[in-house]
Amino acid sequence: MTVARRPLMRRVAIHLGLLPFLIFALFPFYHMTLTSLKQDRELYDRFAIPLIITQGPTLEHYTKLIWDTEFLTWTKNSLMVTILATAISIVIGTIAAYALARMRFFGVGAFGTGIFVTYLVPTSLLFLPLAQVVNWIGLADSKWALVLTYPTFLVPFCTWLLMGYFRTVPKEVEECAMVDGATRVQALLRIVLPIAIPGLVCAILFAFTLSWNEFIYALTFTSSSDQITASVGVTSELIRGDIYFWGSLMAGAVLGSVPIVILYVFFLDYYVSGLTAGAVK
Amino acid sequence: MAVRADQIPLNRARPLTARVRGWLDRESVLGPIFVTPALILLVLLVAYPFVMALYFAMSNSFIGRPSEFIGFRNFIRLWDSDAFRQTFQNAFVFTSIAVAFKVVLGIILALLLNEQLWFKRMIRGAVLLPWVIPTALSTLGWWWMFNSLYSVVNWTGLALGLMDPPGPNWLGQRYYAMAAVIIVNVWRGLPFFAITILAGLVAIPKEIYEAAHADGAGANARFWHITLPMLKPVLAVVVLFSTIFTFSDFNIVYVLTHGGPINSTHLFATLSRMLVIDVGRLGEGAAVSLYLFPLLVFVVWAQLRFVRKHAN
Repeated sequence: MTVARRPLMRRVAIHLGLLPFLIFALFPFYHMTLTSLKQDRELYDRFAIPLIITQGPTLEHYTKLIWDTEFLTWTKNSLMVTILATAISIVIGTIAAYALARMRFFGVGAFGTGIFVTYLVPTSLLFLPLAQVVNWIGLADSKWALVLTYPTFLVPFCTWLLMGYFRTVPKEVEECAMVDGATRVQALLRIVLPIAIPGLVCAILFAFTLSWNEFIYALTFTSSSDQITASVGVTSELIRGDIYFWGSLMAGAVLGSVPIVILYVFFLDYYVSGLTAGAVK
Repeated sequence: MAVRADQIPLNRARPLTARVRGWLDRESVLGPIFVTPALILLVLLVAYPFVMALYFAMSNSFIGRPSEFIGFRNFIRLWDSDAFRQTFQNAFVFTSIAVAFKVVLGIILALLLNEQLWFKRMIRGAVLLPWVIPTALSTLGWWWMFNSLYSVVNWTGLALGLMDPPGPNWLGQRYYAMAAVIIVNVWRGLPFFAITILAGLVAIPKEIYEAAHADGAGANARFWHITLPMLKPVLAVVVLFSTIFTFSDFNIVYVLTHGGPINSTHLFATLSRMLVIDVGRLGEGAAVSLYLFPLLVFVVWAQLRFVRKHAN
C-alpha cells in the first residue's frame, strides 16, 4: 500500500481533513471576537471585508458594555448562582452516589433508576410547572430560584458521574479502614474521596459549566435586571427594539464565555474524560 | 462471605455514642440517609412539577384565572392549530436531519482524531470548544453571522462564487431558517458525538485490526466490518441521548429565530413557552411540552433495556 509506505504524507492528509472541522468549530468565536473589536464605522460598512480588521481595533464596545449596562451585575449573579448550585449539587450527589455504588438497602435499585431517568429529563419539559412552584415558594423573579432549581439537573448528573468513579475504588481499601475502626463516613471522607478526586474535579467542572450555561430556567424564572444571569442579560437586555448594538452584543457574548474558557483551558483533559464517562456508562 | 465490620454484633454494654456510631454504620441505615437529600429534591422539584404539568395540560388553565379539568381536550384541540401542526413537523425534520449529520460527521471526525496528530491536545480542545461555551451566547454569534445585511456566511459564499447575489436571507425564509437552526445545532452537538465515538474507537482492540489486515481486508472492509459493528453500542447511546436533547432544544431556536418566520422553526419547547409567557395559555402550553414525553419514555426504555444491559 502506498499510503502506509508514506506515513508523513498520510499524516499531512489527515490534518488537511481536519481543517474544515476546525474552521467550522472555531470560526464563530473568531468572528464574534473580531466583531467586538471593530469600530462601528467599519462594522456597518457593507463593502468592508468582514474577516479582518482594517481600520484599527477598539475596546469601545467593551467599555460601553461594562459602564453603560448592568453586565457586571449579571456576571456576579451568574457566579453566585453557579457556585452555590454547584456546591449544593456536589455534596448531595457525592453521598447519593456513594450509597448507590456501595450499599445495599431497601429501594436502592429503584432510586438508581430514578436518578438515571431524571438525568435524561430535558429542562424544557419541566420549566413551566417549575415556574409555578417557584412562584408559590415566593422566589418569583429572584436569582435564589435558580440556586434552588439548578440542582434538579445537576444532582442526577453528578450522582451518575461519581457513581462510576466510586465503583472503580477497590472495596478492600475501604474495608481495611473499617476493620481498623473507621466508621463508614470516615472511610468515605478519608479513603474513598481522596482516591476519587479526579472524578470530583470532573463533576465540579461539569456542574459549573452546566449551570453557567443554563438558559431556559434563568430566562423564565428571572426578569429584573438585578436578578438575571449573564446569558439572559446579554440576550434580552442588550436587544431592545429593532436597533442592535452588534459590537457590544458580541462583546457581551465573548465576556460571558470567559469564565468557562478559562476553566476549559486549564482542565481540558477532565472535560474530555468526563464527557465520555458521563455518556458511555 | 467475609465478616465485615458492620456485621459484627453490637456489644450492649457500649456507650451510647458508640452504639449510634455502630447503628449508623449499617448499610440499611446510612444508605437511606445518604440518598434522602437527593430524593427530597427530585420528588419536590422534578416529580411534583411533572404531576403539575399533567394537571395543567388537562385543564383550561390561564395565567391568573381559576381553572377546571377538561381531560385530553388540549391535546386534541392542538391539532386544529396550524402553529402546533407546523411545530410537530418541525421537531421531526429538525431532529432527524441534525442527528443524522451529527452521526456521520461525528464518525468522520472521530476517525480523524484517532490518527497520529501533531497537536493532538490542542486539536481536541478546539473541536470540543463549541460544546462548552454557553449556547445562548454562541448562538448570538451565529445570529450575527446570519444577519440579513452583514452576513459573513453570505459574504464568504459570494466571494467564493458559491451563491448568487445577494445571497439567502437566512433567518427570514422558512427553509433557510430551518437550515440555519440545524447548522447551529450540528455545530454545537458535533463535539459530543466526536469525542464519545472517539472513546469507542480507542476501546476497539488493535489485534482485531491486525488480524483483519493479515487476512487481506482493505481499509474500507475494516471500517464496515470491524469499526462500525464494534461502535454500535456507543453509537446507540449517543444517538438516543442526542435525540432527546435535540428534540427538546430551546436555546438555539429561541435566540436565532424565535420560532419564525411564521412558526417554521418552532419546536415544542419554544412554542410552549410562547403560549404560556406571551399569551398566558398555561393549559395548552403544558400540553405542547408534554408531547415531548412519549419520546422521553421511549429513550429511557431503550437505554434501560438495551444499553445498560449491554454495558454490564
